Amino acid sequence: MDFLTLVQVLDSTIRLATPLLLACLAGLFSERAGIFDIGLEGKMLAAAFFSAAVAFMTGSVWVGLLAGIGASMVLSALHGVASITFRGNQLISGVAINFLAAGMTVLIAQHWFSQGGRTPSLSGAARFEGIVWPGALTRIRDIKEAGPLMQVYSELISGHSILVYMALFAVPATWWILYRTRFGLRLRAVGENPAAVDTAGVSVVGLRFAAVGICGLLCGIAGAYLATALQAGFVKDMSAGRGYIALAALIFAKWRPWYALMSTLLFGFLQALALRPDLIETAVGVKVQVQLLDALPYILTVIILAGFVGKAIPPRAGGEPYVKER
Amino acid sequence: MDKMPAWADVVLIPLISLLLAALLSALVILGIGENPIDAFKLMVDGALMRSSGWGYTLYYATNFIFTGLAVSVAFHARMFNIGGEGQAMLGGLGVALACLYVPWPHWSLAILGSSIGAATFGAAWALIPAYLQAKRGSHIVITTIMFNFIAAALLNYLLVNILRPVGAMDPATAQFAEPTHLPTFQDMFSTAAMPLFRGAPANVTFFLALLACVLVWLLIWRTRLGYEIRAYGWSQTGANYAGISGTKIIIIAMLISGGLAGMMAVNTTQGEAERLILNMTEGAGFIGIAVALMGRNHPFGVLLAAILFGFLYQGGAELALWTSIPRELIVVIQALVILFTGALDNMVRMPLERLFLAMRRKEG
Repeated sequence: MDFLTLVQVLDSTIRLATPLLLACLAGLFSERAGIFDIGLEGKMLAAAFFSAAVAFMTGSVWVGLLAGIGASMVLSALHGVASITFRGNQLISGVAINFLAAGMTVLIAQHWFSQGGRTPSLSGAARFEGIVWPGALTRIRDIKEAGPLMQVYSELISGHSILVYMALFAVPATWWILYRTRFGLRLRAVGENPAAVDTAGVSVVGLRFAAVGICGLLCGIAGAYLATALQAGFVKDMSAGRGYIALAALIFAKWRPWYALMSTLLFGFLQALALRPDLIETAVGVKVQVQLLDALPYILTVIILAGFVGKAIPPRAGGEPYVKER
Repeated sequence: MDKMPAWADVVLIPLISLLLAALLSALVILGIGENPIDAFKLMVDGALMRSSGWGYTLYYATNFIFTGLAVSVAFHARMFNIGGEGQAMLGGLGVALACLYVPWPHWSLAILGSSIGAATFGAAWALIPAYLQAKRGSHIVITTIMFNFIAAALLNYLLVNILRPVGAMDPATAQFAEPTHLPTFQDMFSTAAMPLFRGAPANVTFFLALLACVLVWLLIWRTRLGYEIRAYGWSQTGANYAGISGTKIIIIAMLISGGLAGMMAVNTTQGEAERLILNMTEGAGFIGIAVALMGRNHPFGVLLAAILFGFLYQGGAELALWTSIPRELIVVIQALVILFTGALDNMVRMPLERLFLAMRRKEG
């Protein structure tokens, strides 16, 4: 395996890790505030469809992005109403949201476009194109002849869509919000001990809705990335379990932002390898089954959950509806 | 003092939730430019007005009875087994191994063998999440989700690389031998003069599912173990104080749950396809959640809810055949049922409780 191939694999690692990272940070906000969210998958899917559909109809990917975020926020609001206002079971609500998105996206897609539950493919301004950094090479022939540093710069750093850089920027932003602002402190407190937050005169309901809202925003961007940047258009079930992988990555990261970046990059790397099974064979000399690579994120998460490699302790009030004392 | 009479809790609330879900589904159908009343008529015609329609409805219902019971047994111990899908896949593997490698003389013995295979493999797949929950405190919901994906990858690997007959293209096992063929409703009830259930996949497994309902009822409400499961689900500290071992209850309840989920594979794999195929579960593991919620975790409720979902499944297939409404409509209805009977339960319950309190005050 030559250096350029490695750079190319890392490049697709970043592309594949981006939706995982955004969804993982989304789940981080929600779960840190004590609201379990297994509806990440559904929110991404809804956002993917509406961003692609609206981008196709308006011809502007930015309007599409807004529509995707809107769709995801609507589902978030539903989750909030069910689990915060009506104190329902958060897990069941998440399951319902996943199915709602899986069904509605196909129904509406079929009604609007009659293409078997997909949107027409996007091109031009209806799609997020890669941003070429100054001085970066774009033609593969030039890159092949360039030095290793230039290869890294042109392949790995330059050429991603704006959403990839936004996702990477979201990591320090999340860290700063959670650990350096008053809002973040309260948000973490409400996930550990809501009664204490309530006693201090801060609204538990308000904080949790805010967290669920941020979760919807980030899931919206993740979904829009899938349909308008990673691929050109929506196809049925295109989130393909990414919401669950993000959930796994969140546990792997033990609900911390920088570790979320690491774990989603790791899972993205596994996905990138699964696309190039020939590479492992030449590198290791053994044929590794694609199915094993598919299952590896889940197996790793179970091992982490089992507490054999450091223990993952979730926020203490996670999953519990808060009932104000009378 | 109870806020509501028992019948309101058992009958009224699920009915109102169901009505709300139906109303919203009708709005969805209206929204995609179709007539909900016509659609409903078409569903009833296709699923209930012909014996072959019933044959499909009861075939799907058989799957949902097993997965619904699986979810509800776990619910009684206050655990959410979302892994029915993966446990059913492994159940399919158990059925396939039993049917492929044992020379059964007659179907009645074959169904015994394959049921044991399905239940054992399904239970085994639930054992690791159960152990991790009981001993290491890992959340059962997350681990069972992970195990669904691991099961899918495992089945994919086995079907593509190991169980696929030489030269075959599609990822599936070889056809099972003739003696393992389970009698379908057509075999059992059709006469030359009156053909019934023609071509429908409903088979003898349906009666196995009814038996499972009775057994689960006996287990939960008539045995010591069932009492312990309910006690643990009601209050873990209370159960511990009474000397009930939490570890034991978690593991036993999950083993039963996984075994029941695995049993649905007898219906799909031995009863219908007569070989193990990829995607043999078709989401039935998840529908079990809706069925258990709607059936209020009672085997009789599960039976009714499973038949309702069987009707929706078959009716939805008819809709997809004759109108432009895609099959995904069922997924939406399923989501709405889970939403209203599960997550938004309090939305219906709170106003009703107030209503009953007000009425009681008037009487008093």
